[in-house]
Amino acid sequence: METEVLARIQFAFTVAFHYIYPPLSIGLGLLMVIFESIYLRTRNPEYHALAKFWTKIFALTFGIGVVTGIVMEFEFGTNWAVYSRYVGDVFGSALAAEGIFAFALESGFLGVLLFGWNRVKPWVHLVATVGVFLGSMFSAIWIVVANSWQQTPAGFHIVGEGLQARAEITDFWAMVFNPSSVDRLLHVWLGAFLAGAFLVLSVHAYYLLKGRFMQISQKAFKIALVVATIFSLGQLLTGHHSADGVAKNQPAKLAALEGHFEASAPADMYLLGWVDKDKQTVTGIKVPGGLSYLLEYDTEVPVTGLNAFPEDERPPQVNAVFQFYHIMVAIGMALILLTLLACYQWGRGRLFQKRWLLWAFVFAVLLPQIANQAGWFAAEMGRQPWVVYGLLRTSDAFSQSVTENQILFSLILFFLVYALLLVLFLYLLHKKIHHGPYDEEPGEGRPRTREIAEMLTKN
Amino acid sequence: METFLGIDYPTWWFLVVGALFSGYAILDGFDFGAGAWHLFFKKEKSRRIALNAVGPVWDGNEVWLVIGGGALFAGFPVMYATFFSSLYIPFMLFLVFIIFRAVAIEFRSKEPMVWWRKTWDTTYSISSIMLAFLLGVVLGNVLQGIQIGPDYQYAGSGFFEFLNPYALLTGATTLSLFMMHGAIFLLLKTEGQLYDKIQSLLRRGMVFFMVSFGITTLYTLLYIPHLSDDFQQEPLLFVIPLLTFLSIANVPRLATRKKFRLAFLFSSLTISFLLVLVAVELYPVLLRSSLNPAYDITVYNAASSTKSLKIMMVIVAIGAPLVAGYTLFVYRTFRGKVKLDETSY
Ligand code: HDD
Ligand code: HEM
Ligand code: HEM
Repeated sequence: METEVLARIQFAFTVAFHYIYPPLSIGLGLLMVIFESIYLRTRNPEYHALAKFWTKIFALTFGIGVVTGIVMEFEFGTNWAVYSRYVGDVFGSALAAEGIFAFALESGFLGVLLFGWNRVKPWVHLVATVGVFLGSMFSAIWIVVANSWQQTPAGFHIVGEGLQARAEITDFWAMVFNPSSVDRLLHVWLGAFLAGAFLVLSVHAYYLLKGRFMQISQKAFKIALVVATIFSLGQLLTGHHSADGVAKNQPAKLAALEGHFEASAPADMYLLGWVDKDKQTVTGIKVPGGLSYLLEYDTEVPVTGLNAFPEDERPPQVNAVFQFYHIMVAIGMALILLTLLACYQWGRGRLFQKRWLLWAFVFAVLLPQIANQAGWFAAEMGRQPWVVYGLLRTSDAFSQSVTENQILFSLILFFLVYALLLVLFLYLLHKKIHHGPYDEEPGEGRPRTREIAEMLTKN
Repeated sequence: METFLGIDYPTWWFLVVGALFSGYAILDGFDFGAGAWHLFFKKEKSRRIALNAVGPVWDGNEVWLVIGGGALFAGFPVMYATFFSSLYIPFMLFLVFIIFRAVAIEFRSKEPMVWWRKTWDTTYSISSIMLAFLLGVVLGNVLQGIQIGPDYQYAGSGFFEFLNPYALLTGATTLSLFMMHGAIFLLLKTEGQLYDKIQSLLRRGMVFFMVSFGITTLYTLLYIPHLSDDFQQEPLLFVIPLLTFLSIANVPRLATRKKFRLAFLFSSLTISFLLVLVAVELYPVLLRSSLNPAYDITVYNAASSTKSLKIMMVIVAIGAPLVAGYTLFVYRTFRGKVKLDETSY
């Protein structure tokens, strides 16, 4: 296989693996801050137990997030040397700021968060929790800004030619607030909150179903449900904004997201479908004129299609981009339905009696994860064939001096190591969940029949 | 070229990156060093104490690597790109060992089984050793120069080019330096029998360091003449190696008198001085081409634009005091000897 393809596979694999963990850390961070603040106000030890329990799980996701992140930082240099030289002047500063402001804040307070429960006053501990949470929010800022710059470059000029050409910064704030960064940052943050909230929902729904830690789980479930509902709805808004932005700034990507080929015609919106790139057709269920309507509030307005671009400036894998995008949107809708349904049952006072609903939440933990991954795959594959949109091609950006064998070696190595990491992560997660927020009294928890569990859930 | 306080911006940034790398080497140096000794401790409790000595700080120490890497990318993108792509294999191995080490620390105490703990103890120790060694190997390659061709492209070939005799020597020296440094750190964190044991280990560590450092220095003077050029032209610079030697000599002196806090200070200073020495030997070159001096990567041809460097100096000026502040806070919170409790590893 060619170096370029291998380098792309390696990057996609390692970054996708990294992106399993940060959203969980960011989302759990939010819930930890909420639990601990409630504890400080009410001094109800249950919230203390919740904060501590989720901190332990946070430690797990955070640890793996850090090590897989370090890999990412150096991979730009090892595998994408030409790209690094090209963009370094512009978004090197974003990455440096990330290191100083975000990661140092996070790791600085992490020690206190994890090991300081008995060493510092409760409010100092809360400060540490908030510090870690803010740190993780900041890390998302800089990295998404950097990525958004390569989607919609701004605030720079080009200096030099050929292999020595590079972008130099002319306006720092224009670089930071490039046309897509705000929309995408909000969308990424909310995606992370959802990932965290649904993990909390899943675990506590499971306890409720098994009749363990009932009191505490009901409290946690309700709080996480509020968070999940707000942000599921919010995600539709921010996603819509992003789509608007893509239509303006990256029309070829938008056309690929929706499988729209004709150079200029009103565009349909597909709920699901299959794109045949050669025949230029999409088979599926559509809303005629839907896309035109969403973008311009008029079903007749033409939308730029893929054929408006030269062959070598269209995303090559249209069907994949289309599918990833549609999976994400479908999941977005499913999350809204699920959370609203749960809120409705809550309003009727029957939230914890619907066992099927609780089971649905147990498994729903996977949905935000899949949507987060699918979203990035759609955004990044839709950006192809450009690594910096309109300026630098992916096929020119990889490290010319690195050989196929070297990448193959590292790819296999990472594959094995990450497989091991994933297994260990799941194993320890399972173990911590199995143990639960506190040591159960003998007789509490198992063995307990389903009847008693159900009786207790009625309140 | 624009200057600030009489020094041009690329040189300022060179100093910033240098300071970050030296901070990184001092901090992760002691925890790699502590890890390298791990298998010398036989009792379960000793191992836990040794692990918990680095427990609350190792992650913060690694942030210096992240910031240093970011600073290199931001300030010297050309260097960042060529450096990491030409030393591809050692860096990939470095990353893999970073992962293994972190995993071992996190996972070791999660299960009580003896085989589980032994496996992770071994992983922890071997990856600590390899990390220290690989850092030294990379340094050796930088000192010697690598095959850089036109357009800043690496022109060498082969999987194992990075493993040459000089790199092996600098690798061993770095490992021994970190082991000495790590043992002193552990002495500050332990008491009783373990403390006595580490004292005897420290003696061995110091011998290991003196021997490998001596050989490396000789080899450098004999076979790598370009590294001592600067000193012949500018005799004043001899102050630096002199200080380095004094600082090295101070470590065993203080250690035999059990002044471990001061000894730790001097082993940290030794690390810094050695890096200053490297910096002086290289500057203004960052990465020397062994093919043709015209292909050298220097602070000038590798640097970002002055505008960008200025922005980053502002970022550093705001960020550095913050980082210093909460680093102090963490070390204060966890000062003193290790006490195992329910939140320990
Ligand atoms: C700051 C930069 C940056 C950031 C924050 C991300 N990426 Fe990215 N991504 C790149 C910078 C980049 C890149 C270096 O520019 C790549 C390498 C090859 C390419 O075309 O773009 C890339 C490629 C790339 C590809 C391969 C596309 C292809 O080759 O067809 C995938 C699937 C992802 N990324 C996925 C992600 C995910 C899941 C991310 C979330 C964590 C992510 N990216 C964040
Ligand atoms: C290619 C892109 C990326 C690079 C180079 C990268 C780099 C890094 C690095 C170096 C670390 C370790 C920091 C430490 O030592 O504390 C890290 C962790 C982290 N990254 Fe990334 N990252 C990338 C993508 C992302 C994205 C898109 C997000 C945003 C949502 C993100 C959020 C985080 C967070 C929150 C952490 C802290 C660890 C955790 O919470 O799991 N990263 N990343
Ligand atoms: C509800 C309907 C949704 C719509 C209309 C929507 C829309 C979009 C669009 C247009 C993009 C591409 C942005 C770009 O390339 O610049 C995107 C990316 C993304 N989406 Fe969504 N999205 C939705 C739901 C979700 C959900 C539920 C999640 C996760 C929980 C999610 C996570 C992401 C992520 C992580 C990205 C990549 C980062 C980015 O480019 O912003 N999305 N989304």
